[in-house]
Amino acid sequence: MAEKKTKKETAPKKKEATKATAKAAPAAQKAPAKEQKKARVGVFICHCGTNIAGSVDIEDVQEYSKSLPDVAFADNYQYMCSTPGQKKIADAIKEHNLTGIVVAACSPRLHEPTFRTATKEGGLNPFRFEMANIREQGSWVHMHDREGATDKAKDAIRIAVAKASMLEDLFPKTVPVEKAAMVVGAGVAGMQAALDLANAGIKTYLIEKNPTIGGRMSQLDKTFPTLDCSQCILTPKMVDVGRAENIELMTCAEVEDVEGYIGNFDVTIRRKARGVLTPDEAEAKGIVGGGCNGCGDCEGVCPVIKPNPFEMGMKPRKAIYIYHPQVVPLIYTIDWDSCIKCGLCVDICGDKKAIDLEMQDELVKVKVGTAILATGYDMFPIEKKDEWGYKKYENVVNSLEFERLICASGPTGGHLVRPSDGETPKKVAFLLCAGSRDNTGVGKPYCSRFCCMYSLKHAHQIIEKIPGCQPYLFYMDIRSFGKMYEEFYYRIQDEGAKFMRGRVANVLEDPVTKNLIINAEDTLLNRPINLEVDMVVLAAAVQPAEETERTRKLFGVSRSMDGWLLEAHPKLNPCGTTTAGVFLAGVCQGPKDIPDTVASAEGAASAASIPIHRGEVELEPYFAQCIEEKCAGCGMCVNLCPYQALALVEKDGRKVMEVTEAKCKGCGTCGGFCPGGAIWMQHFATPQIIAQIDAFLVGGAK
Amino acid sequence: MAEEWKPQILGIICNWCSYAGADLAGSARTQYPPDIRIVRVMCTGRVDPLFILKAFTDGADGVLVSGCHFGDCHYLEGNYKGAKRMFMVKSLLKNIGLEDKRLRMTFVSASEGAKWAKVVEDVVKTVTDLGPNPLKELAR
Repeated sequence: MAEKKTKKETAPKKKEATKATAKAAPAAQKAPAKEQKKARVGVFICHCGTNIAGSVDIEDVQEYSKSLPDVAFADNYQYMCSTPGQKKIADAIKEHNLTGIVVAACSPRLHEPTFRTATKEGGLNPFRFEMANIREQGSWVHMHDREGATDKAKDAIRIAVAKASMLEDLFPKTVPVEKAAMVVGAGVAGMQAALDLANAGIKTYLIEKNPTIGGRMSQLDKTFPTLDCSQCILTPKMVDVGRAENIELMTCAEVEDVEGYIGNFDVTIRRKARGVLTPDEAEAKGIVGGGCNGCGDCEGVCPVIKPNPFEMGMKPRKAIYIYHPQVVPLIYTIDWDSCIKCGLCVDICGDKKAIDLEMQDELVKVKVGTAILATGYDMFPIEKKDEWGYKKYENVVNSLEFERLICASGPTGGHLVRPSDGETPKKVAFLLCAGSRDNTGVGKPYCSRFCCMYSLKHAHQIIEKIPGCQPYLFYMDIRSFGKMYEEFYYRIQDEGAKFMRGRVANVLEDPVTKNLIINAEDTLLNRPINLEVDMVVLAAAVQPAEETERTRKLFGVSRSMDGWLLEAHPKLNPCGTTTAGVFLAGVCQGPKDIPDTVASAEGAASAASIPIHRGEVELEPYFAQCIEEKCAGCGMCVNLCPYQALALVEKDGRKVMEVTEAKCKGCGTCGGFCPGGAIWMQHFATPQIIAQIDAFLVGGAK
Repeated sequence: MAEEWKPQILGIICNWCSYAGADLAGSARTQYPPDIRIVRVMCTGRVDPLFILKAFTDGADGVLVSGCHFGDCHYLEGNYKGAKRMFMVKSLLKNIGLEDKRLRMTFVSASEGAKWAKVVEDVVKTVTDLGPNPLKELAR
C-alpha cells in the first residue's frame, strides 16, 4: 500500500509537467485561469433504479470515491439522467468549485451528451466531463457477482477521475453545411426520401445503379393488405421524382468515392456509359432536338436478345432496352456485355443522334451536406436450400418471379402459368420462411418480415384470378403484425386458402407430369403430409443488395451481424448511423414492408435535413495538435493520416507539423505513432491516457 | 493465496466498434468475468506502444486491444495501423522475455456483443493460465 502511495504522489507532478509544455503549444481557445487551479473532481454515482444498484454497492463505491486523490465531492442519485439528477451536477459545480465531473452510470455512448450539457449548465466547459461505465460494462455483465461488479465500478471511477482531473477546456469547431443532400438508391425508400428533401427546398442528388428508378416495388403486382396496384401508386411518385426541380436524378450511376465529413461530403459518382444521350445531353453537344425520346425504334432493329432482369429473366429484351414501359427516365440503355456494335440502332435513330456506341464512363464530383443510404435488398439465392428444388424443377419459382407471373404487365400478361408447360395451375403451394428463420447456417437466421403477408396476398390473388385453384400455405407462424394485417389474414382464411403449420422437408418432382410432391409434417395435427401440387412458390428470404457492402464502406457505416446496415441506436436513432451526417432509409437497415419503408425514408429525410436547415454543425474537438517544441519535423504522421489533415510547414527556420482542424477527425492514428510524443490529441492526450493506466494499476486511495 | 489471485487486465478499445460491442453485451446481459478494466479511445490507431509498455511496467497481467474489423474502421484504416504496431509490441515483449500472449488484439464489431464476452473470457483464461506478470515481482 505504502509503495502504491508514493508512486501515486510522484505521478501527477510528472503529468503536470508534460501537460504544461503541451499547453504552451496548442494555441488559443483555452481559458488559462482554470488551467492553473488544482483539480477538484465531483463524482456522481447513478443507481439507475436497480439496474446498477442491484449489483453494485453504491454506498461503498461513494465512500471509496471520496477517498480518491483530486476528488472534492461525491454523491449518488436514483437516476442521474433525470432533471433533478442533472441539477445535482450543476449545483455541485458551483457549490464545490469543481473543475471536473465524473458520472458513473451507463455508457458514454448513451448519456455523454446529457451530462456534458449538465456540466455546461453548472458553468464548466462541457469537455471537463468523463463517464465511468458501470452499467453496460459493469452491473449488467456481472449481475450475480456483487463483489466483482463493485470492485470494477470503483476501478472504473478511479480511472475516470484520473482523466477528469486532467481534462481541459475544449471548444467544438463549427463548420458550415452544404445545402445539398444525396440519396443512394432510388427504390421507394430513396424516392420518398429524395422527394421529402427536395420539397423541403434542398438540392438532392438521387443515385441509382439501374437504368430506371422504382426499385423492387415496381416489380410487384399488388400490395397487401389494401390490394392497391403497386405500379399505380408508385408511378406517380416516379414521375414526381423525374420532374422535381430540386432532384438531380442520376441513373446508371454508382458512388465511387466519399471524402469529407458531415456538412461537407465530397462524393465522386461514376456515371456509367449508358450509350444513349438524354435530350439535355444531346443539346449540350449541340444536337438540336436530339437525344432519346423513348420511341423504341432502336429496340425494334436490335438483333441481340437477352433475358430481362426486371422480369426475373422470364421475358426477353434487346441489347438496347428499357426495363418496362413506365421507366423514369424514359431513356434507352445499352447492355455492353451483349451489344455487338452492329450500328443498326444508330442508323434508325437518325437525326436524333441519341446513340453513342463509343460512350465512356464519366466521373462526376458533387458536394453534399448529408447523405441517405437506401440500397434495399436482393432475394436470397434460395437454390442453396436444395431440398426445395429451386432452379432444379421448372415449376418451383420464388415469390418475386410469382409477382411477375401474376402481374398484368408481366411476361404472361397476368395469366399465371406453370413454367414447364404453360398450363394454368390448379393447386399451388406456398412455402413460407424459405431461407428465413433458418439456423442451419445455409439460410438467414432472421425473419424477413414481409413474406407472410405477401404470401397471403398471393393466395388471395390466385383464388380471385383462377376459379377452382387451391392455395396451400406451409408456415411456421403467420406474422400479421401491421395495421389491418390480422384482418387480412382472417379474410384469406375465409376465402378458402389452406394453412398447414410445418416446414417442408423436401419437394420432389414427378418427371412425367412435372408436378411437385411436397413432404412435410402438419405439426398441429401431428401427421405427415404428402401433397401433390402443380406449382411451388418459395417465399424466399431477403438479404442486403449486392452493392450494399461496397457502398457502406465508402460512407463508413457499420453492418449488423446479419449484413444489414447498423443504425446508431435501434430504438432512439433508427435512421442515423455512427457516421455523422449519414442516414439509413428502408430495407438496407433491415427487412421492412412498404409502409415501414416509406416511414423510415421520411424519418431519414427529416433527420438529414436538420443539419442542412441549421446551416452549420459542431464537430467534436478531438483534433490533433502539434507540440512544436517537441516536433522533429520527421513527417511520419503526415503519411499516417488517412484524411490528409497534416502537413509539414516551415516555422522559424525548421519544419514542423501543422494540423488542418476541419480535416482532422480525431482518430489519433498520428498521435499513436509520433516518436517524439509531439502530438497532443485533444481529449485523448497521451498524459491523460497514461494517467488512466496508472490509476488502474498503481493508483488508489489518498 | 494462489487461488485468490485474479489477473489485472487492461482493455484499450475503440469507441465505434468494440466499445459499442461491449455495451451490446451489457444490454443483452451476457455475463463474463469482471477482471478487465476499460480505457476508451476513439480508434485503435490511437494506441501508442507506450500505453502497452506502461501498462506492463505498471504490473498489468494482460492487455487487450480491440477495434473494428479490417475494412470497417470508422477512420478508414486506423485499425490496420494499430494492428501493425501490436505486432511490433508483441515482438518487443518476446525480446524482453515477457510472454507475448499477454497482449492480445481482437476485432469486435458494434453488433458482436456475444463475441466481446467470449473474447474477455478467453483473455482472462489465457492470462490466468500464464500467472502474474513477472515484472511486478521485479519492480519490488
